[in-house]
Amino acid sequence: MTLTQWMPFIVLMPLILSGVSALLPGKTAPWLLAFATATASTILAALVWLGLGPEPMRYAFGNWAPPMGIEYRVDHANALVALIVSGIASLALLWGKRSADQEIPERQGIFYALFLLALAGLLGITLTGDAFNVFVFLEISSLSTYALVAYGQDRRGLLAAFRYLIMGTIGATFILIGIGFLYMMTGTLNMADLAERIPAVADTNAVRAGFAFIIVGLGLKLALLPLHLWLPNAYAFAPNVITVFLAGTATKVALYVMLRFIYTIFGGDYSFGALPLADIMMVLAVAGMVVGSWVAMFEPNLKRMMAYSSVAQVGYLVLGVALVSIIGLTATFVHLFNHALMKAGLFMALGTVMYRTGSARIEAFYGVGRQMPWTMTAFALLGLSLIGVPATAGFVSKWYLIWGALDAGQVWLVVLILITSLMAVVYIWRVIEAAWFQAPRDQQSPVAEAPKALLIPLWLMVALNIYFGLDTRLSLGAAEQAAQVLLGGF
Amino acid sequence: MAWGIAMSDNKILRIVARFLIPLIMLFALYIQFHGEYSPGGGFQAGVVFAAAWILFVLIFGLDLGLEVIPERAMFVLMVLGVMLYCAVGLLNVAQGGLFLDFSTLLADPKAAQQAGIITVELGIGITVATVVMLIFTMFARRKREQDGTDEDAP
Repeated sequence: MTLTQWMPFIVLMPLILSGVSALLPGKTAPWLLAFATATASTILAALVWLGLGPEPMRYAFGNWAPPMGIEYRVDHANALVALIVSGIASLALLWGKRSADQEIPERQGIFYALFLLALAGLLGITLTGDAFNVFVFLEISSLSTYALVAYGQDRRGLLAAFRYLIMGTIGATFILIGIGFLYMMTGTLNMADLAERIPAVADTNAVRAGFAFIIVGLGLKLALLPLHLWLPNAYAFAPNVITVFLAGTATKVALYVMLRFIYTIFGGDYSFGALPLADIMMVLAVAGMVVGSWVAMFEPNLKRMMAYSSVAQVGYLVLGVALVSIIGLTATFVHLFNHALMKAGLFMALGTVMYRTGSARIEAFYGVGRQMPWTMTAFALLGLSLIGVPATAGFVSKWYLIWGALDAGQVWLVVLILITSLMAVVYIWRVIEAAWFQAPRDQQSPVAEAPKALLIPLWLMVALNIYFGLDTRLSLGAAEQAAQVLLGGF
Repeated sequence: MAWGIAMSDNKILRIVARFLIPLIMLFALYIQFHGEYSPGGGFQAGVVFAAAWILFVLIFGLDLGLEVIPERAMFVLMVLGVMLYCAVGLLNVAQGGLFLDFSTLLADPKAAQQAGIITVELGIGITVATVVMLIFTMFARRKREQDGTDEDAP
């Protein structure tokens, strides 16, 4: 079998094996299966990414020729996203065994089956070349994610999951309405075919409405500022391993789909010409950066704090898109990669402390720095990466964003990026201050350092953050390729 | 009120249900095995089949319904249905075709497509039927648990 024939198995492996996982008894066997599957998907995604030529890799399901049949179409943009998603899933699982055992005392077969389904859904969205297939996989990943969020021990998780379900369903409905409009006007669902046929009917209200529906629907999935309300609670009350996984993947995939629609299907000229999309995105991105960071500075629950920080980071990602330049888009892809690494790492660090203290409130972190030095040092280093200190991955993202803003002649954006970075200093410092400079609340029973099973994956994330801060050839090269592929169309 | 035996006291209900349930199941199978030619297929057939079982449970009680098909069996069948679907796809790959490329199954391309669709639809039918049954069982069980605690309460 050739690499092209193996390619769909990136999605098929988690999809098929989720069923097997649902039947496995106990805790260790399903985890082992899920971890092995995610790792295999990661390796395959890496091989596909390395093996890509200038032409996209195509696979027609059931040998039904596209545009009638469903095809997977992989180029440098979605291969990179698939690699990020599957990689973060493997790292989250590597870390999450102990944490999940503590949070989910019963049988875990179904839990890991849902995890694999969510992973398969996200990977499917990424790899497919069919607009309706995007919607189907979006539903697969969303439905399993709602259930995963509700798995948390905190009963507020149920409400958070319900809210996420309502908002997510509205978003998915909007996307479906938008795709329906496009299908009505063009009679095709294949992305490449859509891209060819839309120009002929582009100047109609149906296509404009379809475009608007799709962008708003994806904005909901992406948690762009006024549509972000589902995100903080969903992240805060989900089991820690799920938070790590979602923080690194879910919003990234939504952003990728948005870029695919903007650049590949509608074409950049139409997207930014027919509608004032760049202006709208710019305003929402900046608002997201400021509001997200602002709320994070005062949030007493640290998981919610990091979730609001994610809202701000989504702002950075969208800002890169709104600059409408190759540098801006490169910045978006670099940040996509780096943010997945740092936010997954930060949630791992919080989860590691929660494994011992059982609470994400800032009071629970008083004095933890001396009791769990390895964990909190890792948190501090990952925090530096989030702020964007040189020699960390975050610096590369910020550097490119600032460069993109200067290139577009928007100096005020540079000022805003620096201000929001300073706000990140404030909210990271709150945790550092609580952990090292406050006396522990309970002097009698000090918490012990976390077990190595949690510490080693956490420090692996730290190492990755520092590695990609020093050696940017891999991340930056991939991001540039991805941006060029998107700007070049199919 | 003991929920499990409530409606089986009604003679009309019981006799009509006994008459209808086999017919509903037969109709479900009809839809199932005409899926590749006429409107229908695994999805609809599964729901209709599960409806027959749900009618049975409504009349004769959940306990008797779960004796017909235990919950664990539903769960396993739910997974096996999906697995059947995937197994066909994987078989095609093993025979050198693309995933779900049914034409590799038999020499005659038309018969091969038919065989593939029928097998895949059977998988869908099994999964949909058992999922609907499972959802119903979970709601019914919850109702009974709530009633139970109400009786214990002073």
